[in-house]
Amino acid sequence: MSTIKLTVNGKAVSADVEDRTLLVHLLRENLNLTGTHVGCDTSQCGACVVHIDGRAVKSCTVLAGQAAGSNVTTIEGISKGDELHPMQAAFRDNHGLQCGYCTPGMIMSSIDIVNRHGGKLDEETVRQELEGNICRCTGYHNIVKAVLDAAGRMKVSQAAE
Amino acid sequence: MGVEGIGASVVRKEDRRFITGKGRYVDDIKIVGLTHAHFIRSPHAHAKVKSIDISAAKDMPGVVGVLTGQQIVDDKVGNLICGWAITSKDGTGMKMGAWPAMAPETVRFVGQAVAVVIAETKNQAKDAAEAVVVNYEELPAAADIRAAIKQGAPQLHPEAPGNVIYDWTIGEEAATEAAFKAAANVVSLDITNNRLVPNAMEPRAAIGEYNEAEEHFTLYTTSQNPHVARLVLSAFYNIAPEHKLRVVAPDVGGGFGSKIFIYPEEMVALWASKKVGRPVKWTGDRTEAFLTDAHGRDHLTNAELALDANNKITGLRVKTYANLGAYMSLFSSSVPTYLYATLLSGQYNIPNIFAEVISVYTNTTPVDAYRGAGRPEASFVVERLLETAARQLKVDPAELRRKNFITQFPHQTPVIMAYDVGDFGASLDSAMKAIDYAGFPARKAKAKSEGKLRGIGLSCYIEACGIAPSKAVGSLGAGVGLWESAEVRVNPVGTIEVLTGSHSHGQGHETTFCQLIAERLGVPISQVQIVHGDTDKVQFGMGTYGSRSAAVGLTAILKAMEKVEAKAKKIAAHALEASESDIVIENGEFKVTGTDKSIALPMVALAAYTAHNLPDGMEPGLKEGAFYDPTNFTFPAGAYICELEVDAATGKTSFVNFVAADDFGRLINPMIVEGQVHGGLAQGIGQALLEGAAYDSSGQLLTASFMDYAMPRADDLPSFKLNHTTTLCPGNPLGVKGCGEAGAIGASAAVINAITDAIGNNKIEMPATPDRVWHAIHG
Ligand code: FES
Ligand code: FES
Repeated sequence: MSTIKLTVNGKAVSADVEDRTLLVHLLRENLNLTGTHVGCDTSQCGACVVHIDGRAVKSCTVLAGQAAGSNVTTIEGISKGDELHPMQAAFRDNHGLQCGYCTPGMIMSSIDIVNRHGGKLDEETVRQELEGNICRCTGYHNIVKAVLDAAGRMKVSQAAE
Repeated sequence: MGVEGIGASVVRKEDRRFITGKGRYVDDIKIVGLTHAHFIRSPHAHAKVKSIDISAAKDMPGVVGVLTGQQIVDDKVGNLICGWAITSKDGTGMKMGAWPAMAPETVRFVGQAVAVVIAETKNQAKDAAEAVVVNYEELPAAADIRAAIKQGAPQLHPEAPGNVIYDWTIGEEAATEAAFKAAANVVSLDITNNRLVPNAMEPRAAIGEYNEAEEHFTLYTTSQNPHVARLVLSAFYNIAPEHKLRVVAPDVGGGFGSKIFIYPEEMVALWASKKVGRPVKWTGDRTEAFLTDAHGRDHLTNAELALDANNKITGLRVKTYANLGAYMSLFSSSVPTYLYATLLSGQYNIPNIFAEVISVYTNTTPVDAYRGAGRPEASFVVERLLETAARQLKVDPAELRRKNFITQFPHQTPVIMAYDVGDFGASLDSAMKAIDYAGFPARKAKAKSEGKLRGIGLSCYIEACGIAPSKAVGSLGAGVGLWESAEVRVNPVGTIEVLTGSHSHGQGHETTFCQLIAERLGVPISQVQIVHGDTDKVQFGMGTYGSRSAAVGLTAILKAMEKVEAKAKKIAAHALEASESDIVIENGEFKVTGTDKSIALPMVALAAYTAHNLPDGMEPGLKEGAFYDPTNFTFPAGAYICELEVDAATGKTSFVNFVAADDFGRLINPMIVEGQVHGGLAQGIGQALLEGAAYDSSGQLLTASFMDYAMPRADDLPSFKLNHTTTLCPGNPLGVKGCGEAGAIGASAAVINAITDAIGNNKIEMPATPDRVWHAIHG
């Protein structure tokens, strides 16, 4: 057992976990942040994507201990109070989700995609970049639309800041 | 249509919790005292369980209990059932082998559970499971249909000699034979319909909880139909009587059929919670999902089409072997029979049809309904045959279809179904226009000049949804009625709760069902709450599958609404001192026509509950329920056209365009309908190009992870062009048909027809991987 200290969604937290504990399980089991999901056991599906120090990472590939001292953001930490993150709003407005299970990971990956590509996103790039996130419900059509829509919204909201 | 009424693309109410990480799926639920289950599963496809030694495991840290198959048998927990009886052509019943929830004696597929460890933590359960020693005696296995039916094949169940479950026929054999004798042309095709793994992104999970003082059980489970689960767990598995069992299916992360069935793990979690006196949670991992979720499809078919000299179809003859896996799952028997062969007429006037279906056991995961369930297999047979016929006869594939379309309705096919309405020509026209079919030869020639192989493929599908008229399915062997129930409660303040037996696991019922209320009463959907997925709250229901929730579930709500409206009008008329027949409902108000007198819904509701001034003899309250049993299936239909290019050097396929023109009748929420089509198309295209469950000859599943099984990803798929044509379904008052499965039913034939057109070789099996396509091109 080890005590892991890290920052999650802006709050300093600590948890006592077995050394083999994955970050995703620390989030879900110890911190009750169940928005981060587990969809596979081979790091293929992306349901577990969170941001570590601002970059999208599959939290099932990271030991909790490796995340010690880092700054983790989960799906629960991206809206400002009642105000949704533009990516969240774009997923809703474009019907980019059905069962919602892949959605937190999709949104976290997509924010990272837009951050990295800025305004230079096109459909093909979004599709390639989403290769590590599996959705069984939507056929990706509306997810791609949502990401492109959000890319525009995020540019606007950054400009406003 | 109001802004939130029927036909409006209202943004979904349920989305807020999902996009903020506040969904509540089974694995998110924590209960005081929770323990965790880990199953010990057979590594062999076929073996005798000689002994199970739990002595080391039971004393490991955190272990609360180790339970085996023998204990579940000793406790008289019932064997898993198949709920649809199929009769063979010789009049005998289907040959069902016993399927205990954990195997006490014999395992028949890799992954079948033999024991379970329950411990304080998941890791402790896993560690202890390592210490359970199971001694197996391996037996020879039959890993596919051909291996199971050959002479001297290993026998799976003593009840089923030769591994044949049933040999069933439909249609007129002699008349069909005569049609083939008289035919000017005959087209024949061998088809493998590849085995698929449903892979809902949320793995199955269950929490069993037993309250000793009340002798009451609760099961939280990933189910598409919690009431059916409760019924089966009570009536057949003897775990608890219905009034002592609550089944809750909270947010469920996709189903596609695979979460219809009541699996061994749910049974064990519930049973074990009483055994160990603690709540028990099991959450499957992805490998367990691959090994134990019911798979889909897996047919071997020979199909023949007879045509006269005018290219009119005169007969269709089909022989199919269906692999049902090692045990008969809940609806497995009906999928390759009544959900498959009854759709073999497609959109065409075919006077003579005869089909024979032989279902067999193999040492593989059980096979059952997966999105489309039998109808994709039927549509694939028909549409591949039509395309092949057009090429053989050197006629345009669109024209051959059009020539044979059914144009008069109602139309009785030779295989049970009576199509109520449709306009197949309209959807074909719409799709052809959307893809510029006329311009295709020029595009193909241009692509050729650039060294590319371009192809176009059509698929005109029809399906039967709105499952189903109870009397009809009862006469065909179904063990349940397939009606739906609903209750509408208007609260004293005028807000509304709609209780439904349908279950939403991505379909958006929390929005679309509200839209019906908004349409009827003119109230905002924020005033309406949909309650579903809990047997303590909703009295009964048959759940969501077979694209039935709009046609059956929503109609039940409408029936309940009509009763509510009738009573509310009486109350309003009484309050306004008007005649009941003069009351109309508009924007949440009950108005007296031709006057400015009105009373708002909350006042009507309040009057109903205060009961100070109700019409004489009226009961207080404003709450009504209804059961709705459909009178017929509904028949969504449409035309899909795929245009693609094949790279001859690599065999890789890339989409140029994919258009769909569907006729779903009235659309409640077009945005949600289109989302359903997108998802279905992805699964149909996945079957055509990527997905396929593969077993080796010893029965090991080679594709048991997302590393080995190719799920469609964003960069495998195109954006889709969707169109709609509309003929209203006469079978229900809303005119809806159902849209959940169409994409998966129609897409795969369009893709394969396009690839075979591109490469000029009709022999290609699904999934048409680059390797297979390359070999088809280069021999
Ligand atoms: S759970 Fe992390 S990639 Fe699937
Ligand atoms: S919305 Fe269900 S898996 Fe993506």
